[in-house]
Amino acid sequence: MLHTVVALVEDRPGVLNRVASLFRRRGFNIESLAVGTTHEDGISRMTIIVDGHEGIVDQVEKQLIKLVDVIKVEDLTHAEAVNRELALIKVRCTAENRREVLEIASVFRAQAVDLSPESVILQAVAQRDRVNGLLDNLRSYGVMELMRTGRVSMRRGTQVTAYGDQNGESEEMHRFHHESGRLPEGELPFASD
Amino acid sequence: MTTTQRPPARDEQQARPSAPPPAQGRRLSGADIVLECLTYAGATTVFGYPGGVVLPLYDRLPAHPQVRHILVRHEQGGGHAADAYARATGELGVALATSGPGATNLVTAVQNAMMDSVPVLFLTGNVARNLIGRDGFQEADATGILMPAVKHNYLVMRAQDLAPTFAEAIYLATTGRPGPVHIDIPKDVFLEEAEFHWPERVHVRGYQVPGAASEEEIRAAAERIDAAERPIILAGHGIVISRSSEELQAFAERAGIPVLTTLLGLGGLDQRHALSYGMMGMHGSYHANMAASNADLIIGLGMRMDDRALGRFADLNPAATVIHVDIDPAEHNKNIDTAVPITGDVKEVLPQLTAAVKRASHPEWVRWIDDLARAHADSLAVPEGPELTVQYVVQQIARAHAHDDDAVIVTGVGQHQMWVAQHMSISRPRQLITSGGLGTMGFEVPAALGAQVARPDASVWSICGDGGFQMTFQEIATMVDEQTPVKLAIMNNGYLGMVRQWQELFYKDNYVAVSMSQPDFMKIAEAYGIKGIRVEEPGQVDAAIRDADAHPGPVLLDFRVTADDNVWPMVPAGAALSETVESADEVV
Repeated sequence: MLHTVVALVEDRPGVLNRVASLFRRRGFNIESLAVGTTHEDGISRMTIIVDGHEGIVDQVEKQLIKLVDVIKVEDLTHAEAVNRELALIKVRCTAENRREVLEIASVFRAQAVDLSPESVILQAVAQRDRVNGLLDNLRSYGVMELMRTGRVSMRRGTQVTAYGDQNGESEEMHRFHHESGRLPEGELPFASD
Repeated sequence: MTTTQRPPARDEQQARPSAPPPAQGRRLSGADIVLECLTYAGATTVFGYPGGVVLPLYDRLPAHPQVRHILVRHEQGGGHAADAYARATGELGVALATSGPGATNLVTAVQNAMMDSVPVLFLTGNVARNLIGRDGFQEADATGILMPAVKHNYLVMRAQDLAPTFAEAIYLATTGRPGPVHIDIPKDVFLEEAEFHWPERVHVRGYQVPGAASEEEIRAAAERIDAAERPIILAGHGIVISRSSEELQAFAERAGIPVLTTLLGLGGLDQRHALSYGMMGMHGSYHANMAASNADLIIGLGMRMDDRALGRFADLNPAATVIHVDIDPAEHNKNIDTAVPITGDVKEVLPQLTAAVKRASHPEWVRWIDDLARAHADSLAVPEGPELTVQYVVQQIARAHAHDDDAVIVTGVGQHQMWVAQHMSISRPRQLITSGGLGTMGFEVPAALGAQVARPDASVWSICGDGGFQMTFQEIATMVDEQTPVKLAIMNNGYLGMVRQWQELFYKDNYVAVSMSQPDFMKIAEAYGIKGIRVEEPGQVDAAIRDADAHPGPVLLDFRVTADDNVWPMVPAGAALSETVESADEVV
């Protein structure tokens, strides 16, 4: 079964490495992983889709939160949540069958974001199943290129997945956490990221 | 997260022991900042090995005479010595290495400390910042290589970040479930100047230190403890790490529960205590393994439900209820289904449990275990006869130090390690220093160095395998330099004994790559300029031990022991504890 695990992590070099390494080492199966910034300074959010039974996911969560750079972990699998992924699909089509392709796109609420004489790029922002449905209908035309982001998830309603409290941190340590790991301008990037 | 409400955990601490550091606010080089940090944290014994990129740090060592640098002969040795230093004292150990090969040579020692939850600060130099990522001379991605082997690690890119990083690193290494923390420092960061500013508080928002248990947890555990007819305690390294021997004893006595320990839990409860029933596990005693298999309640305390201690997980004892107290919640339900997982420090949770449970005793259950212990004493007996056995040597070393409260016993890994666990009568915390989780051969020599540096007045005996000894014995040179009077007792039979035992029992006597020729160990002693004693028969053992103890410097003892002995009892690999066998005839 697929589980949706959300992790709030320090926005620091090496975090992705630590998380990926943990999954590999313990044999956890990542279906997809999406990372991005949040409204909170210095905190990134990972949405990780994990394949496995409940016991495995319990271990995934515990091992994740054990990483010092991981601030918070929530399992949104059974939560009321908005789940989305973005897909860009380059489909082979000409002026003759373009209309058909665009009709299929509109049924699945995908948008055309690029046109050329022999192709169209469709953008779908949807749940996984709808993206799969769209793809199934496009295959006969010829999918030239496909790119899907991992799923991102957010709880419905006012309940949030956020760190919230930074009051405990002295300004000095906050500055350190905020700045550390980010290189002075003009230096080389980290080897590990 | 599916955790119950508990008292707020600590996620910060005062980083400043008392007064601010004398150098606070001064402009210093990165190298001076590092040495000021170690000084202020009280971590002033450093096992290190110099090299190009750490030269700026070495250059400043003479200006900080309070920092004692011990020049080891191999970085792995430095790492194990720092690890043993930490095990012997409970204080932070420090190991230092240069970039590239220096850092990669540390890997075994880092993982060893990780597996056994030992607080060690590993410092490595790295190439200068503008050379990182360019595959220059002696560059290795030490941060990346060590990442999965540490509790946490850092690459410090600015001198101004050094002090906050050290404060945080030392906090992480020594609190909660302790462990190794690694700091990687580019060469030019040692040279860069910054204001030395040790932070007032350390606050790591992704890190919490569990303390006491919640009332619900204690109630749930107490109900089961009060209802149990055949309860058993499995005490682990956490009891030793958390200095909770008294709390363990008080709890066991109040609830009348027999105590078994893991290998690293040895010494957590004095083995002479009436409720102490010794070690369980692959080479635990028969009665201990049967007690764990037949209990109706298993209480794991500060242990991680490891396969060497519990045998085949699925068949440990499916009928028993399990209560598991551990400071690391990731250990709960990892290997064993647990009815009552309690995340907390045993030091705080045990008094809570003691106060919550009814005073009880389980005379029938205890008698059942006692009867088993009597009936199966033979498999643990020290063989008698004309031949010199490891068991006999270990027993005589134990007897010679029976009244020595300070003696420290170090081991390598293999048969001799198990015989030490069985026959050394380990009765005090931190008395036994052994590589449990990783099972690192070669630990015994550098670990003995580290233990003796930590406890200069203690009698330190290292029981060495003849295989492991040859992996790291170059540290004898360090012992000579540092005048550490370690007694290195080699159990020499020309075999990798445990491998031989497995080949005999499970590979139909097909002995492959297991017999090794050995050098003349007396000549090795002579080459290093230390005393050597060869022992070939049982009658010479006591005099050799006396001689070694009386000698003020390091001593190398070459015990020519039998080659064909097996460690009994044994839980065959992959078997359940209930399938413990006591002789080769029982191995299918």
